[in-house]
Amino acid sequence: MKSAALTIVEPEDEPGTDAPGPAPVPSSRPQAPEAARERTPFESLMRAILLPAITFAIVLLGWTVMQATLVPSFPDVPAVWNKAVEIFSDPFYVYGPNDMGIAWQVMYSLGRVLAGFLLAVAVGIPAGFLIGANKTFEQAWLPLIAILRPVSPLAWLPIGLLIFRAVDPSAIFVIFITSIWPMILNTAAGVKAIPQDYLNVARVLNFNRREMVTKIYVPATLPYMLTGMQLSLSTAWMVIVAAEMLTGGIGIGFYIWDEWNNLSVPSIIVAIVIIGCVGILLEAGMNQVRRRYDYSAKKE
Amino acid sequence: MTKQPSILQISKLGKTFDTRSGSFEALRDVDLAIGDGEFVSIIGHSGCGKSTLLNLVAGLETPTLGGVFLEGQLVDGPGPERAVVFQNHSLLPWLTVYGNVRLAVDKVFGGTRSSAERDAWTREMLELVNMSAAAEKRPAEISGGMKQRVGIARALAMEPKVLLLDEPFGALDALTRAQLQDSVMDIHARLGNTVVMITHDVDEAVLLSDRIVMMGNGPAATIGEIHDVSLPRPRRRLELGENADYLAARSAVMRFLTRNRTDKAA
Repeated sequence: MKSAALTIVEPEDEPGTDAPGPAPVPSSRPQAPEAARERTPFESLMRAILLPAITFAIVLLGWTVMQATLVPSFPDVPAVWNKAVEIFSDPFYVYGPNDMGIAWQVMYSLGRVLAGFLLAVAVGIPAGFLIGANKTFEQAWLPLIAILRPVSPLAWLPIGLLIFRAVDPSAIFVIFITSIWPMILNTAAGVKAIPQDYLNVARVLNFNRREMVTKIYVPATLPYMLTGMQLSLSTAWMVIVAAEMLTGGIGIGFYIWDEWNNLSVPSIIVAIVIIGCVGILLEAGMNQVRRRYDYSAKKE
Repeated sequence: MTKQPSILQISKLGKTFDTRSGSFEALRDVDLAIGDGEFVSIIGHSGCGKSTLLNLVAGLETPTLGGVFLEGQLVDGPGPERAVVFQNHSLLPWLTVYGNVRLAVDKVFGGTRSSAERDAWTREMLELVNMSAAAEKRPAEISGGMKQRVGIARALAMEPKVLLLDEPFGALDALTRAQLQDSVMDIHARLGNTVVMITHDVDEAVLLSDRIVMMGNGPAATIGEIHDVSLPRPRRRLELGENADYLAARSAVMRFLTRNRTDKAA
């Protein structure tokens, strides 16, 4: 259920998979995470900064050596650095409808992701509720979902172009398809996982159908929905780059393709780093939301 | 205990479940009348249908034969006048301790009491089970015994005519269990509720009950014996250890349970 990219979550904050987890062992250092038992916070911080810095240094060194010896056509580190400075010195320029700063490229891409994602939320969560709560719906729809889910969302791009006869809605359509499956399946799993106890409580209180949905079903399923959203969003951010390479226009994906046509490899490398950073931000944002609604975790 | 007119009547109650491997008759011909303010324990081996019996009284299951009558009215579904304290507390984890009790209060008294009155009532119930200090905590942040206290507060907050306890202390350690048993005795003495409790703990049954209903083994289980516990209240667990009535009740229940066990094992 959990995304593979959860490495930015500190291990001690990782919520347990079961609600009644084992009681935490009382410790004289309640703040100390497992891996850093004997370290002061300062040492932990230094490690958190130093170790990745060493990795980055090794990569940069390897890059420089490889570039100097094996692939001289690849840009060297200073070239990419200079390009990055150039790109970030004016990220908001607009020279015309097809020539805008890097910030605009990212925002157009994010806009498409957001539009497709929200559409998928609007459709996928009610659909997930129906499938999770109703055996008939489940039997009727699961086989279709099983067939469509493994298909690369990009395969839907021509269908989108055919239906919408425009590139922007087609890209949004691809993101919608990307996002909808985790949303449906996680919501359905959440509804199925609602303990009978909660439903018995609701029955003793004579909840009507509306109260059942708003006071039991939705809050009980929320953590599952958020997991689905997190999976959807990180996949959508990967897919938009590929989709935009095919559709063109303003967007970080087509920016990369465009720079390839200009043979400006330094720009591509800068764009890759930007895409990665935006991905981390999206993931961290969703993690925040998800943790906010993780009922099994103890609040500080 | 002086006998009160019966508030709850269980009459010719039978329950048969349809399972994949055919039908299974869990209960047959269960007859019981419970007086107003009485504390009745139902004890038996696991699988004897005592939980089924409680679910039928709660209305969570529908009887195959016979019926349950509360103040002469046929029970045809669950309702807050037969509030249940579930074995595993069943608190909603997204609500605070206060929120869990308030949810029940709002549902039951939403039409009859003002918001301020419902707030006061919720806090009064939390005070009753000594959980006021943890009112703003989530269930994940409190211990098992505390959760069960909140479960009791939630059930009592509905002002039930009959309070149903489904092995309420089964999942707790011995010390916590003793504490909660004392709390339940105290609350019962103060409020005088009618209580039906499912248990498999003989001492618990003797300590708390006015009557102990012993269930025979299934399938088609029914009531085997009923033992009146005539110990005066308030009861203190430490003084009961050598009390003749206490020991008599205890051994009567033990005898019944042992006999039933050997019957089936043979």
